[in-house]
Amino acid sequence: MPNMSLKKNEMPSQKPDIRNKNFLEVALGYTQEQALDEAKRCLNCKNRPCVSGCPVQVRIPEFIEKTAAGDCEGAYQVIAQSSSLPAVCGRVCPQENQCEKHCVRGVKGEPVAIGRLERFVADWHNQHKQDAVHKPAPNGHKVAVVGSGPAGLTCAGDLARLGYEVTVFEALHTAGGVLVYGIPEFRLPKAIVQKEIDGLKAMGVKIETNMVIGRVLSIDELLAQGFEAVFIGSGAGLPKFMNIPGENLKGVYSANEFLTRVNLMKAYREGSDTPIQQAKKVAVVGGGNVAMDAARCAKRLGAEEVTIVYRRSEQELPARAEEVEHAKEEGIIFELLKNPTKILGDENGSVCGMECLEMTLGEPDASGRRRPVEKPGSEFVLDVDCVVMAIGTSPNPLIKSTTEGLETQKWGGILVEEATGLTSRENVYAGGDAVTGAATVILAMGAGKTAAGAIHRQLQGEMGGCPQA
Amino acid sequence: MYKILKKQVLNPTVTLMEIESPLVAAKAQPGQFIILRVDAEGERIPLTVADFDREQGSVTIIFQIVGATTEKLNRLNPGDFLQDFVGPLGKPTHTDGLKKVAVVGGGVGCAIAYPVAKKLHQQGCEVHTIVGFRSEDLIILKEEFKSVSAMYALMTDDGSAGEKGLVTDALRRLIESGERYDQVIAIGPLVMMKFVAKLTKEYGIPTVVSMNPIMIDGTGMCGGCRLTVGGQTKFACVDGPDFDGFEVDFDEAMARSAMYKDFERRAHEEACNLFKGVE
Ligand SMILES: Cc1cc2nc3c(=O)[nH]c(=O)nc-3n(C[C@H](O)[C@H](O)[C@H](O)COP(=O)(O)OP(=O)(O)OC[C@H]3O[C@@H](n4cnc5c(N)ncnc54)[C@H](O)[C@@H]3O)c2cc1C
Ligand SMILES: Cc1cc2nc3c(=O)[nH]c(=O)nc-3n(C[C@H](O)[C@H](O)[C@H](O)COP(=O)(O)OP(=O)(O)OC[C@H]3O[C@@H](n4cnc5c(N)ncnc54)[C@H](O)[C@@H]3O)c2cc1C
Ligand code: SF4
Ligand code: SF4
Ligand code: FES
Repeated sequence: MPNMSLKKNEMPSQKPDIRNKNFLEVALGYTQEQALDEAKRCLNCKNRPCVSGCPVQVRIPEFIEKTAAGDCEGAYQVIAQSSSLPAVCGRVCPQENQCEKHCVRGVKGEPVAIGRLERFVADWHNQHKQDAVHKPAPNGHKVAVVGSGPAGLTCAGDLARLGYEVTVFEALHTAGGVLVYGIPEFRLPKAIVQKEIDGLKAMGVKIETNMVIGRVLSIDELLAQGFEAVFIGSGAGLPKFMNIPGENLKGVYSANEFLTRVNLMKAYREGSDTPIQQAKKVAVVGGGNVAMDAARCAKRLGAEEVTIVYRRSEQELPARAEEVEHAKEEGIIFELLKNPTKILGDENGSVCGMECLEMTLGEPDASGRRRPVEKPGSEFVLDVDCVVMAIGTSPNPLIKSTTEGLETQKWGGILVEEATGLTSRENVYAGGDAVTGAATVILAMGAGKTAAGAIHRQLQGEMGGCPQA
Repeated sequence: MYKILKKQVLNPTVTLMEIESPLVAAKAQPGQFIILRVDAEGERIPLTVADFDREQGSVTIIFQIVGATTEKLNRLNPGDFLQDFVGPLGKPTHTDGLKKVAVVGGGVGCAIAYPVAKKLHQQGCEVHTIVGFRSEDLIILKEEFKSVSAMYALMTDDGSAGEKGLVTDALRRLIESGERYDQVIAIGPLVMMKFVAKLTKEYGIPTVVSMNPIMIDGTGMCGGCRLTVGGQTKFACVDGPDFDGFEVDFDEAMARSAMYKDFERRAHEEACNLFKGVE
């Protein structure tokens, strides 16, 4: 008998006024009973509209059916066939724009909590099953992966499973990409990412940290060293600034710097070697996941007042709905339809305020969203001592500038053939944010998968074997 | 992990170390830097490649003990290991085609200036070196500089060695006595570089300065190292560290470098107390 409740089962969470002072995970995860009960809301639709909303086509009704029947491991195996990072995606996918957007239960009431169920199933597996370390027989071929974010890790995993000898080259001292340096612990515990990486290592993937490709070694040198193909999953790490006066004052951070100090360098811990400003009033400019993460980190670091300044209205906020909700519950203030024009400094060159203008929404622009228009004469000053710019990132030009013949878009995205991820250079593939610009974990993962398949077909072809789809 | 091969105390606050790091040694050029972490919980700090030995696969760093991390680093000895050591980062110093150059170094900035002077010398350029220190006990790399310089001028703030005065005094005298430099390369404290650039601007001598802002990743990802150069924002770790001295906004750079002063002072005191407790 399906559960006909119009609402999703609520996610057990830490209380807002407690969690906004710690870095522990906010959402605690369904219990088995809650999961079974939620799973019963799925109608097992024949035409599976939800699946069409998932970028990697997780077989949603099948895994939910198994969950409802209490077969968690079976459910996990279904998901694992399409997604290599279910514990991550269950937590961070913008489900409301993807799988859950298309769920028929959402027509009247709330959609099935697909993401929460995915997370439940993945966590259950991680707690109860020891993945048998299956080291595939080597096929004698070497592939290099640049960058250890979701795109690179997925590509590496898929190729390792096929017997390739894979080496991942990561610029930072820790693998994981944005999953470790960007998304905070309270939203995605680092232990989950580490488990994925340990899994890859157990399969024989080599992970070389401190390897800035383009400096330490170039793509051409990797090819010359005997790697038969290279996958570039270097992300979109270059922060944008607004180019307004005062942006280089003390107390202005890019979200990347702020989040890197907090997450990767653990500046939130007592006694950390890496400093971070003890700000009282923080403004975060932007409205995406990055902005929400920075604002919620600032709150947790002890700021009295944290304000999101976004130039469009609530409707256009690009962040996951759940993060906006969580941020509000935690006491983050939203100044919507406002845009900074100038950051004000005191005599020491430290931030002491931010001047903003009010905006209204005009005609839709190329992105289909209504264009924000300034209201002349509406200037006002926000009293802040710290500003975090979270207005977007673009691909780092380092690899392009050191790889002859690698073509990119004007804004830096690497040009690839969509079906394979092949770049303008032979044997060089790319995917994830490095190609699309800042996007999502699941899309990066999908791109890593696509490229792994294409690399395999190419190298199989060269081996004279029959190319497999 | 990266092994420390050699350690040498250059003066009470400056130490030289040779680190085993074949990949960095293979590519390093004067003007480039590395980022290291002493231990698994450590901060990432940038240090210039002071020298390299491609055959031995080692890189020399010279660092001044100014805070917690350099203090920790200085406690290590040959045979110990560093957690992380990544590089070479940044753009190499541009030396092509230079025939006569004044290299101006201040304090530990001399560690950064020396490999540049050496490279210039090796490519047949006439190098005039002017170095400044607070006092005699802080002098470093004197013989090294002398061996690659056609002229070596030593200045101290207190007159305890060389001549009493500032590097800018010596540089002005040389210029006024008719020395014609293709370029001046100034590396040292921000104030020193600011005044060198001010002086050379009067004479229209192209001047390169090496900027050392606070850094984290060193790959262009955080923007923490940004500077205003010619009215534009630049990231020192990827666009530099060398910049046109006439274009750099030194006042802004000075304010930004003091961002974590209080934190650093506390961290340093704590580190010192910790070590005192151990001894
Ligand atoms: C704060 C924040 C919050 C986010 N929240 C969400 C969310 O809730 N949901 C969601 O779906 N998406 C979210 N995203 C976006 C998502 O994280 C990215 O789209 C995704 O991580 C992209 O994966 P990637 O593998 O392409 O690149 P990345 O994860 O960026 O990884 C790239 C890796 O390559 C390394 N690298 C770069 N250059 C080099 C080089 N030259 N040599 C060697 N290594 C190099 C980098 O150090 C990095 O480790 C968020 C992003 C941020 C910053
Ligand atoms: C590209 C580059 C190359 C460098 N090369 C060398 C080198 O060859 N030898 C050397 O001794 N130092 C060099 N530095 C400076 C060195 O990185 C800092 O001295 C070091 O980070 C201090 O770390 P700490 O934890 O010991 O001190 P902290 O506790 O971090 O700082 C102590 C004091 O130094 C100041 N400070 C912190 N970071 C810097 C910085 N990057 N530049 C100037 N002042 C700073 C702080 O404001 C504080 O007053 C270089 C810096 C850069 C960016
Ligand atoms: S991977 Fe993401 S989009 Fe796909 S089903 Fe899971 S939560 Fe939904
Ligand atoms: S659309 Fe919703 S109800 Fe239908 S199968 Fe998918 S998750 Fe279940
Ligand atoms: S150190 Fe992070 S961008 Fe330069």
